[in-house]
Amino acid sequence: MINKQVSSTADAVRDVFDGAKVMVGGFGEAGSPIELIHALIDQGAKNLTVISNNCGSGEVGLAALLKAGRVSKVICSFPRTANSTVFPDLYHSGKIELELVPQGTLAERIRAGGAGIPAFYTPAAVGTPLAEGKESREFDGKTYLMELGLKADFALIKGRAADTHGNVVYNKTARNFGPIMAMASEVAIVQAEEISEPGSIDPEVVVSPGIFVNRVVQVAGPVHESELVSAGATYP
Amino acid sequence: MSQQTEAIGRTREEMAQRLAMDIPNGSYVNLGIGIPELVARFVPEGRTLIYHTENGLLGMGPSPAEGEGDPELINAGKRYVTTNPGAAFFHHADSFAMIRGGHIDLCVLGAMQVSEAGDLANWSTGAPDAIPAVGGAMDLCAGVKSVYVITQHTTKQGEPKLVESCTYPLTGRGVITRVYTDLAVIEITPKGFQLLELSPGIDFEYVQQRTGAKLHPIPD
Repeated sequence: MINKQVSSTADAVRDVFDGAKVMVGGFGEAGSPIELIHALIDQGAKNLTVISNNCGSGEVGLAALLKAGRVSKVICSFPRTANSTVFPDLYHSGKIELELVPQGTLAERIRAGGAGIPAFYTPAAVGTPLAEGKESREFDGKTYLMELGLKADFALIKGRAADTHGNVVYNKTARNFGPIMAMASEVAIVQAEEISEPGSIDPEVVVSPGIFVNRVVQVAGPVHESELVSAGATYP
Repeated sequence: MSQQTEAIGRTREEMAQRLAMDIPNGSYVNLGIGIPELVARFVPEGRTLIYHTENGLLGMGPSPAEGEGDPELINAGKRYVTTNPGAAFFHHADSFAMIRGGHIDLCVLGAMQVSEAGDLANWSTGAPDAIPAVGGAMDLCAGVKSVYVITQHTTKQGEPKLVESCTYPLTGRGVITRVYTDLAVIEITPKGFQLLELSPGIDFEYVQQRTGAKLHPIPD
């Protein structure tokens, strides 16, 4: 019998180790797995490399993980947020390393990592400062950059519903990086509002097939980052 | 004579409206953040455009009523949006496959500088203390069939944004085909900036003086 459900967010992130690479889903607050991130703050792993499109807002969720000093490097397309000084402060004081990646290249690097493709060529960033030091090659007279696939030890992902086999469906634009991060991580951890028996999700609508998902944990009423930020919340 | 500043050229809304006139019916369109977002308000009667937002939605509709926003239904500028009938959600790798794979017909972006060779700079001033952040602009430039810029003709300080070559870090090289400003509509051609149309009440010399490269007049 397969049952990937764990009983708590703490249990879900129990074995994240110091120095781990952790993919964190979300585009802004949409799809940001706040409860799993807070559990990771409580768990205490440090010297993490975080792969995520943004760096959080306010002082909750991803921004709180950074503020707690647990992250030594981020691989990210847009670390700046109007309402957070956490990343800029760490960056200016030299406490965090940034690998800036164009958003589509970041997505494809993650997809490739999960699909067993070590590298690929993309036209994005050719002729820009982000091309520096990268191998390039011409195909049909056009220049492309070689980019490497990305893998991680863990992924923290927010879904809407899952079954105990790890099949996941998402909610609207909160899907964003979730499905590809599940593919690219050794241990993909999904928080979902509902967790049900196998067979309860129509196979035609499954977005992340369970083969990509290792643990599911129920978070029935997930908080919205923007509500926490406007309430001035901090974590812990 | 009074020295009051007159409003000259097109407003932001008028610029957006002018650009919207040039988008063919049925186009798949990605709009950048800022003035580009206004374009969606001015689609001419009888045309249907499908809006793509790179965070995973085709068929993006207008902003919801105040207080009815869904934090999990947002656009690339992280603002609340809605879905139009026929909308679809998808993950980020598929979204950028649409962009990079040439499936999006048109992208409209803002700019810090555009060069006469069609180079775009719109993500960083290159200042040493700036926090670098690039988002999806480089992928959009490199992959979308046509990339238009909509921007004020000069900076707030009056510096030209249309230049011989960009001094800010590039977003893409030779990627822009057309520029819509408060003063003019300009095509980027192999010989440089080709004026297509002057805004009402604006003459050629006025635009040339505010352009940092040679502007080719409309042929007689």
